[in-house]
Amino acid sequence: MTKVERRNLKYGLLFVAPWLVGLTVFNLYPIAASFYLSLCDYSVLQSAQFVGLANYVDLFTDEVFWIALKNTLYYAALALPLGAFIAFATAVLLNTGVRGMAFYRTIFFLPSLIPSVAAAILWLWVFNGEYGVLNYLLAHLGIQGPGWLSDPAWSKPALVLMSVWGVGHAVVIYLAGLQDVPQQLYEAAELDGAHWWQKLRHVTIPVMSPVILFNVIMGIIGALQTFTQPYIMMPGGQPARSAYFYTMYLYDNALPYLQMGYASAMAWIMFLIILTLTFGALRLSKRHVHYGV
Amino acid sequence: MRWLLCLLLCAAFVISGCASESKASSDGRVHISYWEKWTGFEGEAMRAVVDEFNRSQDKIFVHLLTVSQVDQKMLLATAGGNPPDVAGLWSFNTHVYADKGAIMPLDDFMKEAGIKREDYLPAYWNLSFYRGKTWALPTTPASVALHWNKDHFREVGLDPERPPRTIEELDAFAEKLTKRDENGKIIRMGFMPSEPGWWNWGWGYFFGGTLYDGKGRITANSPENIRAFRWVQSYAKKYNVKDLQVFQSGFGNFSSPQNAFLAGKVSMELQGVWMHNFIDKYAPHLNWGAAPFPHPADRPDLANSTPVDIDTLVIPTGAKHPREAFEFIKFVQSQRGMELLCLGQRKHTPLARVSPQFLQNHPHPYLKVFIDLAKSPNTFSTPKIGIWREYQDEMNNAFSNIWLCKMTPEEALGLVQARMQKKLDRELRQKRRRRL
Repeated sequence: MTKVERRNLKYGLLFVAPWLVGLTVFNLYPIAASFYLSLCDYSVLQSAQFVGLANYVDLFTDEVFWIALKNTLYYAALALPLGAFIAFATAVLLNTGVRGMAFYRTIFFLPSLIPSVAAAILWLWVFNGEYGVLNYLLAHLGIQGPGWLSDPAWSKPALVLMSVWGVGHAVVIYLAGLQDVPQQLYEAAELDGAHWWQKLRHVTIPVMSPVILFNVIMGIIGALQTFTQPYIMMPGGQPARSAYFYTMYLYDNALPYLQMGYASAMAWIMFLIILTLTFGALRLSKRHVHYGV
Repeated sequence: MRWLLCLLLCAAFVISGCASESKASSDGRVHISYWEKWTGFEGEAMRAVVDEFNRSQDKIFVHLLTVSQVDQKMLLATAGGNPPDVAGLWSFNTHVYADKGAIMPLDDFMKEAGIKREDYLPAYWNLSFYRGKTWALPTTPASVALHWNKDHFREVGLDPERPPRTIEELDAFAEKLTKRDENGKIIRMGFMPSEPGWWNWGWGYFFGGTLYDGKGRITANSPENIRAFRWVQSYAKKYNVKDLQVFQSGFGNFSSPQNAFLAGKVSMELQGVWMHNFIDKYAPHLNWGAAPFPHPADRPDLANSTPVDIDTLVIPTGAKHPREAFEFIKFVQSQRGMELLCLGQRKHTPLARVSPQFLQNHPHPYLKVFIDLAKSPNTFSTPKIGIWREYQDEMNNAFSNIWLCKMTPEEALGLVQARMQKKLDRELRQKRRRRL
């Protein structure tokens, strides 16, 4: 290394130092610590005591852990496809060149800007079984709406419904992707006599596939980590723990119950689940996602 | 060399940012920090006490800071080695934090200051007494009573001045007070065990049960508890679960005019001494009364049962000025400080001695009911075990399953029993290992 190179390296490192220090202190260290703590009894104030895999073993026989995991997967399995479909369909409709597209785009994006706690409080009223606007509308259709938040059968669907309201983020990403689909492909398809469905199926979706994949992976991560809405709207995951999500049990163990080791073990299991699902999505995508047009 | 200077400057900023503000007081006073949970008028009442203390002497200055989730934040601050000097917690924190070494025993300070257990109502004193030591001192206390709507009583021909005395009477009154509209939809419930849902764990105590025997055994599915939860479920069965769910889903927030009792949707409700403040604020024209919660007719020995609770002041381990912190606590424990606080929050006081002016000036029309309840031999409180928060969540879940008729009381409480006994055994093992 020449003197100049060495000096450049030094300055280079110095300039990225704030980021490097930040990453190490606030990300890498806590991640490593949480792995060690997941093998310990740790209640924050007393020193951690190593217990090996005991936390993981306990988790597998913990009924509440399984209930929380099941609720979370159930929610994700409903919210993810529904959200993806509605976001994509909305984007396609917005992309047909309707007048005032910018206006609609803003309207659809707006909910994603509302702080999630405020949105949760708002939806408490929408879902109110007696005075809620949702049941009011249903009543007009001659349907007596359920007690959305007081009936265990409806608490998760209510949250799914609410999540659909927040797809604006995905809509905007899809819309950006749609506007990048080369026009000449559509023109070629039209010359071949393709109608709208064929164009959608054979041009739009293949070209959009990387964008869809990105949104699906972000969706998986987001859905599995759902916390704020049920935490605010259904304290303790009630009724009958039907809305008790994985992250809520993790939080309860970490702070109210002061079992930081147990909570860390839960965090690592969630990490492995998300990792597996993401890998799965990437594997599946190999055959269906096309990069570069 | 310039980059070294740069680095040093950065380091200096970081370090000065982290350092605790040890206020080298120019006024010669020791400045101590006090974290408290209260907001609104309850916070103002405490602020008045702090101001009074700061005015009363010139050695110590207390900085009051309102902190949400104060118990968790105090714990993390203590773990980080930078706790406040005084913190205002809940009594359910006391034994957990004592076991974890997060708070200091106060007995030596108390001896010096001449504060004795006889100064307090025993029910409230006992809440802070754990493993032979006193770990916290009370601020405001609470006992709980049946609140009833006198206008509803009058409307259905009941004597508005005569609340139910036995559970059986309560059930009969509730039936009379319940109203449905022409479609059979419930529009008013006489009484609902699920409202407000804060003492779901406690129903067994009103029937003579307990949740813990104090010697390592969980007693969630004792016959008394099962009897209590059968009674809870009798309401769900009698008034139809589905109808109740729809009815319940129309209730608003506790602290709002849509509160079920304030809005006249529920005629009788179990509530604490604070309820008067909310009635005053959101439904000032409500015609109401408060009386001890009824007891089962065959258990007259259980009359005047009530859960009792206190807010507490503690000194976190590692506090920089424990002596000065206790000076402030001592002021709050004095009759003057305590009555200023409790009058401001419109509760009774945890002290055994009460000044005549306090009772005279107090705006709560039923204060005596709550004081008498606190003196009753049938007060009960949450068990002093580390797993209590989890136990409480389990009881809430069992309540939900029973209330929704998804499980019988035997099943639901049996599950709680098995699960919590396992957790308790684990806790006791951990404690033995740490020699507590």
